[in-house]
Amino acid sequence: MWQEVRSELRPRGLEIVTVALDTGGAEAAGPWIDLAKPEHPALVDEAHLLDELLGVVNVPSGVWIDEEGVIVRPPEPAFPGRVVLAELDLPDDLPPRLAEMLAESQKIQVEPERYLNALRDWAARGAESKFALPPDEVIERSRPRPPDESRAAASFEIAQHLHRNGHPADAVRWFREAHRLQPDNWTYKRQAWSFVDVLQGPTDEYEGDWLSDVRAIGAKNYYPRVEL
Amino acid sequence: MILRQLQVDPAEFERRTGWAIKPEGACKGPVCVPLPESEIDRLDVEVLAQRLGMALVHDESHGIWALGPESGGHALTSAEAPDITLPDRNGNQFSLRSLRGTKVFLLAWASW
Repeated sequence: MWQEVRSELRPRGLEIVTVALDTGGAEAAGPWIDLAKPEHPALVDEAHLLDELLGVVNVPSGVWIDEEGVIVRPPEPAFPGRVVLAELDLPDDLPPRLAEMLAESQKIQVEPERYLNALRDWAARGAESKFALPPDEVIERSRPRPPDESRAAASFEIAQHLHRNGHPADAVRWFREAHRLQPDNWTYKRQAWSFVDVLQGPTDEYEGDWLSDVRAIGAKNYYPRVEL
Repeated sequence: MILRQLQVDPAEFERRTGWAIKPEGACKGPVCVPLPESEIDRLDVEVLAQRLGMALVHDESHGIWALGPESGGHALTSAEAPDITLPDRNGNQFSLRSLRGTKVFLLAWASW
């Protein structure tokens, strides 16, 4: 769907760059990129650099960068006008856990049309758009980073390094440490869970799982509300 | 960033953290943090960790360290976008800086 947005906004001077946060690299993200047939740059971030450099903690997250290379909106939940999953009629014959996950997903609240309209406004009006924020506000709206979150990032990086280099069992304690130190970082949790169970369900390795953790905070709190 | 010793190459440090080593210290955008003079050419990771509030974590059994991002403030120290260079699915490197002059919408997603 981002390709559709790209086709609309590229003539107005806006380029889309997608970045897959995947420790599994191109092997994991590549098939999805192929399916989307993007005309825009579609990159793979196997080290989750965007987590560290920008403060991304969940996906999808969008960042707006102006013509001078200045960030005018920091990472925030970003949807391309629609959320297909929210529109689906769920079949009755789904495996029970998958059905529960999809039903919970449909309770997650986002405002995709409002977000896309803001992006359209910025593409057309640039710095005059009310949605383009001044630098001080961009910094202030980016995530606070206490020392524990730096330690979480370092722990996650060791975990990824060990996982990629043939030591997945040794990686688990570092993934767990990252989860303990920064429990609201969904990219840390979902990346680790997905290595054990594609549905990110309960496992012996990790204390949490997607469905339980979302229910614990309430689906409506899964993404912070975007302040436009 | 992953380290096998407690010294780091300045260019690699900048690529991975966004902090450039200059005569005035470690700088990101308009923010500069002074470093001891001897640290300008030879970066001692423990000094960087202490000065920039970067966590330094050690896995003894594999002989590696990881240096986390700066802390104590916000994830963004500056609104200046870091020069992110990443590969596409075929391994071709792409730099965000190549899009200067164009508005960019950067979207993070994942296959999981």
